Order: sequence, then C-alpha cells, then structure tokens
Amino acid sequence: MPVNNVPAFIDNIDGRNKKNKLFLVLVIAMSVLTVMPIILIVGKIIISGIGQMNFNFFVQTSPDSLQAMSAVANNETIPGGIANGILGTFLIVIVSSVMAIPAGIMIGIYLYENQGRRYSNFLRNLTEILQGVPSIVLGIISYLWIVKNITNGFSAFAGSVALSIMMLPMIIRSTEETMKMIPNEIREAAFAMGTPYHKVILRVLIPTGFNGLSTGILLSISRILGETAPLMMTALGSTVINYNITKPTSAVPLLIWEFYNDPNMVKLIWSSALFLMIFVLTLNILSGRLAAKPKITRKR
Amino acid sequence: MTETLITTENPVLKVRDLSISYEAGKYAVKDINADIESKAITAIMGPSGCGKSTLLRAFNRMHELYPNIRTNGTILLDDMDIQKMSTIELRRKIGMVFQRPNPFPTMSIYDNVIAGYKLNGIKLKRSQRDEVVEKALTEVTLWDEVKDALFKKGTFLSGGQQQRLCIARALAFNPEVLLLDEPTSALDPVSTARIEDLLVNFKKDYTILLVTHNMSQAARISDNSMFMYLGELVEYGKTDTMFTNPKDPRTEGYLTGKFG
Amino acid sequence: MSSDKVTKTILFSASLLVLIISTGIVFSLVKGSIPAFKEFGLKFIVTNEWNPTTGHEVYGALPFIAGTLITSILALLICLPLAFSTSLFVAEYFRNTRVANILSSLVDLLAGIPSIVYGLWGFYTLRPFIISLGLSDQGFGIFTASLILAIMIIPYATSLSTEIIAMVPDELKEAAYSLGATRFEVIFRVILPNASSGIIASYILALGRALGETMAVTMLIGNSNIIPSGLFATGNTMASIIANQFGEASGLKLSSLIAIGLILFAITGIVNSIGKYIIKQFS
Repeated sequence: MPVNNVPAFIDNIDGRNKKNKLFLVLVIAMSVLTVMPIILIVGKIIISGIGQMNFNFFVQTSPDSLQAMSAVANNETIPGGIANGILGTFLIVIVSSVMAIPAGIMIGIYLYENQGRRYSNFLRNLTEILQGVPSIVLGIISYLWIVKNITNGFSAFAGSVALSIMMLPMIIRSTEETMKMIPNEIREAAFAMGTPYHKVILRVLIPTGFNGLSTGILLSISRILGETAPLMMTALGSTVINYNITKPTSAVPLLIWEFYNDPNMVKLIWSSALFLMIFVLTLNILSGRLAAKPKITRKR
Repeated sequence: MTETLITTENPVLKVRDLSISYEAGKYAVKDINADIESKAITAIMGPSGCGKSTLLRAFNRMHELYPNIRTNGTILLDDMDIQKMSTIELRRKIGMVFQRPNPFPTMSIYDNVIAGYKLNGIKLKRSQRDEVVEKALTEVTLWDEVKDALFKKGTFLSGGQQQRLCIARALAFNPEVLLLDEPTSALDPVSTARIEDLLVNFKKDYTILLVTHNMSQAARISDNSMFMYLGELVEYGKTDTMFTNPKDPRTEGYLTGKFG
Repeated sequence: MSSDKVTKTILFSASLLVLIISTGIVFSLVKGSIPAFKEFGLKFIVTNEWNPTTGHEVYGALPFIAGTLITSILALLICLPLAFSTSLFVAEYFRNTRVANILSSLVDLLAGIPSIVYGLWGFYTLRPFIISLGLSDQGFGIFTASLILAIMIIPYATSLSTEIIAMVPDELKEAAYSLGATRFEVIFRVILPNASSGIIASYILALGRALGETMAVTMLIGNSNIIPSGLFATGNTMASIIANQFGEASGLKLSSLIAIGLILFAITGIVNSIGKYIIKQFS
C-alpha cells in the first residue's frame, strides 16, 4: 500500500491533548477532595479531644449530668472519666475473642484442608454472606438468643455474642488465606514424619502462619471496637464498672452515645472518640506491619 | 566502534548519539549512531539484556510512558526530529507489534483492526471502515480466515492468527515504519514462517525494524543487521556480509553461539 | 478412632457452626417477624405508616425501606466520582509512587473510623456547615446522611476497583499508546472496558455496606418516620428505627422491628450476593 492511502479524516489532536490534561487535573482534584474528610475528621477529634484527656479520664467512671453541667458552667474540665467504658469494652472484646478466635481458626483450617469440596464452597459462600450482615441485625439476633433466653436481661455476654459473630467470618477468611500461603512442602514434611494431625496444626501450621493469623485477628478486633448499634440492644450500658458478663455493661462507644444525648458532656465525647480512634488505628497499623512480614520466605 | 550504514537512498530514520538510561548512571543503550534503510528489513540482534528492545521502543517514544527513563540524543524520521512531533502523529507514522499477541479482548476482530481510528476518536464512514479492515486483513492474509467472523471477539483465534491481527491493526494507519519486538517468539514454527513471509512481502511498502533473539530469523529475512551488546551497537551492516564475515570478535562470538 | 480422625471430626464440627449461625439468624428473624406479618400481612412491606399509639397500632416498613434505599443510593452516587478518581490516581496515573501509597493509606484510614465517630463529626461539623450554606434549617436530613455515608463507603469502593484497574495488562495499554491514544483515551477505551465488571462489583459491594450503616445515619437523618419529601427533608432508615426503638419495644412493635430487620437482612444479602457473583464471573 502506498503511503498516505488512508481515508480522509478530520483530526483533533489539540482537543484530545487538552481533554487529556484536563482529566488529569480533575482526577487530582477529586483525589484531594477524597482525602479532605479524613484530615478534617482526625483533626477535629484530636483538637477537641485532647483537652479532656487527663489521668482521671482513664480511671474514673463517667460523671452524671449534674456534675458535668456545673463543671461546664465553671469552665472546668468535667470530672470523671470513662473507666467503666474502657473496662466494659475490654470485657466484651475478650469474651468475643475467646469465642470467635478458636472457632474461626478451626473453621478456616477446615476450609483450607478441604479445598474444592462442594460443602467447603457452600460454607465459604455462607461465610461471605455472614460477613455482609449489618451489625444491627446481629444485635437483634443476640437480643433474641441471649437477652431473651439465656441471661434474661441485657448483658455483656449478649454483646459479646453479637460481636463474635461479626468477628467470625473475618477470622475464617484470613486463616484460610494464611494457610494457603504456607508452602505445601512444610505441611507434607510434617506429615511425612508421622506427626499426628492435631500436632501438625498446633505445632506447625499455626506457628508458621502466626503473622497472618494475627493480622486477621487484630483487624477483626479493631472492627468491633467501635461498634455501637449491636451493643445498644444487648449490653445496654452501665454507669459502674462491671465484671459480670451476665449483667449490663458499659463500652466506650456506648458511652459516646450516652454523652451525645446529653448536651453537657460535649467535651467528653471528643476525648472518648479520640481514645477509641487511637486504639483502632494502633491495631490497624500493627496488623499492617505484621502482614508485611512473612514468616517464611521461599528460598530461590 | 560503531559503523554507520550509509545507503544510496535517503534513510528514513536516522539515529544520532542515542543513549537511554533507567537510573542515573546506568545505561541500557549507549551512544547509538545509525541510519535505517528505507523499505528494507533491519534486524536488531543480541543476547538478553543488550538493549535491543529499549532501542526499538525509542523510535515511537514508548519510553515516555515510564517517567524514570531518560533519553538523550536524537532520532530523525524523514529528517524531522521525532521529539518535536506530537506522539499522536509519530505513532501514526510508526506502528508497533509486540512480543505477545495482544488484541483488545473486549473488541471484535473488526474493531481491533480499526482500533487505531477508534482510540484516536476518528470517525469514519461505514464504507471507509470496511475498506480499511478488508485491506489490512488481506495484507496479513487473515481476510479469508476471518471474513465470516469479523464481529466476534478475537480471543478464539490461534496465537499466530492473533499476531497477524495485531499486525493488521498496526498497518491500518498505513505507517511508514513498522517496529516489531520479537513478534514470533511466542508462536509455533508454522505461524512464525507465515509471519516471516508477510514481512518479506511488506518490504516494498514499509520500512521494517525487527528485534529478534533468533539469529536464523535475522539471517533468513533481514537485509541489514545490527548486533548489540551491553547497550552498545557493536556492528551494523548488510546481513549477508555480517553473517559470513563479522568484523567484531563479539559479533563473531554471538553468531557462532559462544554466548547469548 | 485414631487421633487424626478425632481431629478431623472436631474441625468438621467447628465448620457446622457457620451453618448453625446462618440458619439460626434466618430462623430467628422469621420467627420474630411472624406476629407482625400475621397482623398486617405482606402489605407490611408497603405500608407507609408507623403509629405506636396503643389501641391503634399500625406499623409499616415503607418509610424505612425508602429511607435506606434513598440514602444508600445517593451515597453511592456521591462516592462514585471520588472513588473512581482515587482509583485512577493510585492504580494508573501515579502507580507505585510515594504519593499514591500515602493516598492509599489515608483512604484506608477512613475505613477504620467507627460509625459513631462519623456521626459525631457529621453532627458537630458537617451539620453546621450545611446550615450555614442555607440548605436546611436544622441540618438533618437525607442529604447530610447521604454525604456522611458516601465518605464512609469510599474506602470500600476504592480498594477493590484500584486492584482491578491495576490488573489490566500493560501490553494492552502499550498497544493502545502505540496506536497514538492519549492517556485519557487509554483509560476510557481500554482500561475501563477491561475492568468494568470488577469496578461495578466494587460499587455494588460498597452499596451493600451503606445499606447496613446505623449510627452515623441515625444521628443525621432526622428520624421522622415518613417517606422523605425532598433532598433536604428528614426521614428514617431501617437500621436507625431499629436502633432507636428496639430497647423498649415489646409485643407487636417488637415484632415489626424484627420484621424490618429481616427485610434489611434480605436486601443487604441480595445486594452483596450480586456483587460477589459479578466478581466471580470476572475472575
């Protein structure tokens, strides 16, 4: 074909180049816009929250409305703290973890060891559906199962059940993924030495996959730390520190909700939010660090 | 020492002092000076890592996609500095075929051939499009094989057919120069032979630059050959001469299989 | 039984837990809703009234279904250009640069902020802003709630679509560039067609997240049990009515709330399944 034997066309090189540059500017602008809320939110929490964070904040229980009102009127820091919330959250999270972690790991290992089976695929689909269930629905469930039937009233245990159902799918998924990343040779070597199955799991698979498993666990804990809705109808909240899981308990997010409904407590809200954020972010960062360090690197 | 091949015709491409680096101080291609003969097949050979693909991609400014690559020196197309042209214009005059066949999987065969027009937002009349598609596919001897399946997606084609489709796509703009980066290394011998025949046929209309790691391919179809080693243009001359009487010991070492 | 068999049985029994919990959830929700459906029939779903006065109790789910769908879809529409731009920024324009990594981490941070904290910020910062713009008297309403929701779901919409965009093979992009396309054209005529199902799936999954959000929406939507009359009108969502009224509910009201929970569960389940299905088709 001789050169220049192409159909005649109208070219718009300039227009296209302009469009190209314009779009880039648009993308950058939108990306900056996306980042703004984070900076604004985190900024606001830190600025407004740091003032109320004194020693008492961590060790005293929440003040009542009257105390808060007089403190605000006198321009003092509100007395009291969120100890009941902190310890309540601890209690609930620990109970949830005790229930969800072993179960989640076992189920994750089951799925890993039984790849490709119809039952496993079915279970995996169920797990994914479970992960998408709104937390408030889980609150309803725990209310019906635990508050109504088992503890006959609001309780920390009911809160833990709701949250542990939230943790479960995340731990199952991360366990299965972690196990898949362990080189098969290690597993086979353990079996070849005649190791009983449960020891292969406990002494080889879990230690080798420790980082991955911990990442999943830390992430799931950070997820439930901030949950409010399901606790509203299960643990209910409390003004005192409580260690009895069959009784209503406070939690940091619940306290934030109570403070929110009381105009005198505004300052405490931000401090509590700051505390919660620091905790959640620390766990996120920790799990990110762990995820980046594989325990076994394949030798080249 | 590099040897510049002077031809009797006006060479379509001229390379002057071309150097390309990926990081500061590390050169993938160093001080290349060469004239590329018009309407001939020039093969670029050399062991892995010698810079042949890097050199090839400089001709259509593909390196600009990667911000950490620095290009120094000049390349002239028809005596115009390619840096002074817009990349859009340049890439209409210089087409490229890649190592692994890469037809656009979401487009039909028909649309793949005129993909160049579509991507550039050029609207052609239906009759014009049909003409371009038929011409291009006929040129790569694919027309009879796909004319009844033009609107199916190209993924059902064999590797060799897909690569011919990619060549047709590159030819749709009627470029002056066709760059091919190891176009047959992923194909079976039969498809390879077919494409080599095509290239020999194309010589009369297009200037062809062919990177190949297969010396026998270079010997079979190229008129001129460049031998590159560690980023330098070691030897450049008529293929026949170079293969029978290499001037540089490194060229000889490569051709006789001592390394590479 | 050998110890291995015991171990295998234990693992299998553990796996049954997922089955038990899943069926248990469906069972309890259905059982709890039966009184409401018996009283109001299936019309419950489309009844536009929520009247707890004793003696004349009428409950219907329509205002809340409407509120949930409107806020979630609006949130998705707001989030779309932002998430799309961010994905392009990280996966295409500035791939593998420091800036992209920082942006990515910042967006991930958004996912870590608890819903109630979003609600607080929305209440104390966003609301006054909207009032100052003159868009609404009190600042509550569909728009504010959707805006907060949009910010909350950005990380979910971004992370998956970023991955999918990055997965489009370089060779396709290079082929397009070699034909003279500009970057804009490569994005819209090569990358997007090849990544479209993945991107759509990620937005559907983000929608699924938005549907179930409770606290932030409760604090900003105005909590009026009617179908919202306009963009800046107040309304209510399924999750918020449950959160607000569950604690002291009993009898028919409780059953109605559980029924709403069942509807929410179903809608969220369907949306998430569609999203996951598209992803499976894609890979």
